Amino acid sequence: MSIVTELEVQSDTGPEQAIEGRSQWQLTWRRLLHDKVAVASIIVILLVTVLAIIAPAFASLTGHGATATFPKTGETSAGLPVPPGTHGFPLGTDSVGRDLLIRILYGARISLFVGVLTTLIATAAGVAVGLIAGYFGGWVDGVLARFIDAVLAFPYVVLALALAARFGPSLPLIIIVITFFSWAAVARIVRGQTLSLKEKEYVEAARSLGASPWRIMFFDILPNLLAPVLVLGTLLVPAAIVFEATLSYLGLGIQEPTPSWGNILAEAQNFYQEAWWYIVFPAAALLITTLAFNLLGDGIRDAMDPRTERIFASQRARKRARKRKRTQAREGGSAASQDHPDPAGPAAPPPTAS
Amino acid sequence: MSDDDVLVRVDNLVKHFPIRSSSLLGRTVGQVQAVDGVSLTIGRGQTLGLVGETGCGKSTLARCIAGLIPVTSGTVTFEGSNITNLSRRAMQPYRREIQMIFQDPYGSLNPRRRVGSIIGEPFAVHKMASGAERKRKVQDLMARVGLNPEHYNRFPAEFSGGQRQRIGVARALALQPKLIICDEPVSALDVSIQAQVLNLLADLQDDFGLSYLFIAHDLEVVRHVSHAVTVMYLGRIAESGPKDPVYDAPRHPYTNALLSAVPSADPEAAATRQRIILTGDVPSPINPPSGCRFHPRCPKAQELCSQQDPPLEAKVNDPPDHLTACHFPVAQGETFARAGRVSRTGTA
Repeated sequence: MSIVTELEVQSDTGPEQAIEGRSQWQLTWRRLLHDKVAVASIIVILLVTVLAIIAPAFASLTGHGATATFPKTGETSAGLPVPPGTHGFPLGTDSVGRDLLIRILYGARISLFVGVLTTLIATAAGVAVGLIAGYFGGWVDGVLARFIDAVLAFPYVVLALALAARFGPSLPLIIIVITFFSWAAVARIVRGQTLSLKEKEYVEAARSLGASPWRIMFFDILPNLLAPVLVLGTLLVPAAIVFEATLSYLGLGIQEPTPSWGNILAEAQNFYQEAWWYIVFPAAALLITTLAFNLLGDGIRDAMDPRTERIFASQRARKRARKRKRTQAREGGSAASQDHPDPAGPAAPPPTAS
Repeated sequence: MSDDDVLVRVDNLVKHFPIRSSSLLGRTVGQVQAVDGVSLTIGRGQTLGLVGETGCGKSTLARCIAGLIPVTSGTVTFEGSNITNLSRRAMQPYRREIQMIFQDPYGSLNPRRRVGSIIGEPFAVHKMASGAERKRKVQDLMARVGLNPEHYNRFPAEFSGGQRQRIGVARALALQPKLIICDEPVSALDVSIQAQVLNLLADLQDDFGLSYLFIAHDLEVVRHVSHAVTVMYLGRIAESGPKDPVYDAPRHPYTNALLSAVPSADPEAAATRQRIILTGDVPSPINPPSGCRFHPRCPKAQELCSQQDPPLEAKVNDPPDHLTACHFPVAQGETFARAGRVSRTGTA
């Protein structure tokens, strides 16, 4: 539907006016804003980001630091976490009497930081390797493609365990490990796209102008594969967040008392019978955040490829047409079926056989 | 043609593409003999038309001359300097002199770049103009090829096929080259648009003294634009020479067959003309026929044709620059007497 209106807008402007052509990105953005799920995902992601940024404000507001324990107010007499809402703990406390809300908010900072940073590095590295392998081909491609395959086939938890044992768990180590296992997926997609894009006539045209291989790669090929890279990048963020949570859960990542969703969950599993909030809230935070990124990735993919939109639109149109036909048939045959007033249409539940 | 009049000389050019087996070692199992010993010259300010069926090596030859693919053997000489298989850097000065216009007006323009950036790319690559100066030059070029300079910021998708081909022409023109290789520049366009683009190319030739290597399979288009014509068949030249003798008195049976297939606008001429219908397909360039490559399909073929490769030479009574590679060239007014090869097209 948006396509039609765009064309109309353009044909309305006279030839005298200098019209700025709408770029692919502007069109994509407009289509994305029509996608309710994608807009909701963007809002959720922005909300989580803002909450993570202002986490210290919450801490000073409640007077609860991220690592401060409150043995008197934060624990029951049996030494168990207190439930949400008691003694000024909105989401309750954890096993040693720390404010769960504050810890989840601080955990979001780690998750988003790790997720976004590793995605940026991995995407840049993956694009570079994929472009070089795909464009140059030959033995360069042979070596790089086998390396990509090897990384994708590697059991990453084993490597992470070994590295953590050797160097001790730390944030930089997590970032290195996640990046190392993320770029290969990008590189493989980019390599495949580059293999097909480099056969395009406009690449040959650029070569006939004397453009260098680097210029062709970054000015001619890269803009044409930004779409799949953007989608893949959006989907890498939640994968990295889960990866970080997994490593922290296994004790290889962020170490106590620094909060991370992974290490909160690892501790919480010991208390799932006594304190449901302890495991539910951090798990929900992880779920909502990763879900929002995944849905946004899907939304961007649909917006980049208007064909899928048209498929949905035509399905909707067909559904509407069917409904109209049914309504007409009902109205036409209403005299015959007068004794069966059926306001809900065919979707009405069947009469109960009581 | 004296040496000063020659812009490009191609000598015995050979381009074979190796066929590698799909196994891990990738041994070479054969050669596609796309271009096999072609010599030609392009004169200054002249248009050389290159015609032939699909797959006869026209485009490969063009890419070899433009230095886009390495040559197997033979030489390409531009204004007296050998430009065969130069490195990218060494080729750079000649890139300014030799530009290409491509067949597909959709595939040859990057869909993600604005027109101003596409036409300005030559200036950027050769670091010849930047900023406001580049924009002014690009807009001048757009005006020159009949585009609205106001459309500088549009994307290729917002133009029609003919306009897109004009963008391609503007890009080729940017560096003021001496030679433009046109690889079927109009075959993807509507007939009415073809005429516009051909007239534009002709005007540009007059204004800038350009030379063209004009590749097409439409013989009438080639006749309209060319000064000289070369007919290729399966990687070899069948016949070449100035336009008029080749069109009016073709000596090679293949040229005769091609010309007899051109539709005529005059219904009487169409009803009475003789059509030579070739049987069979073009043989594979992987395993071309022995002797004359045209002999399996030639209505005049004899024993000798399958044994001996005919040299490309001027035949008796022909002008010295009208060359034909045939043992039994067609005489003026000769009809092909083989039954089943001749038909009238009056009913068609």
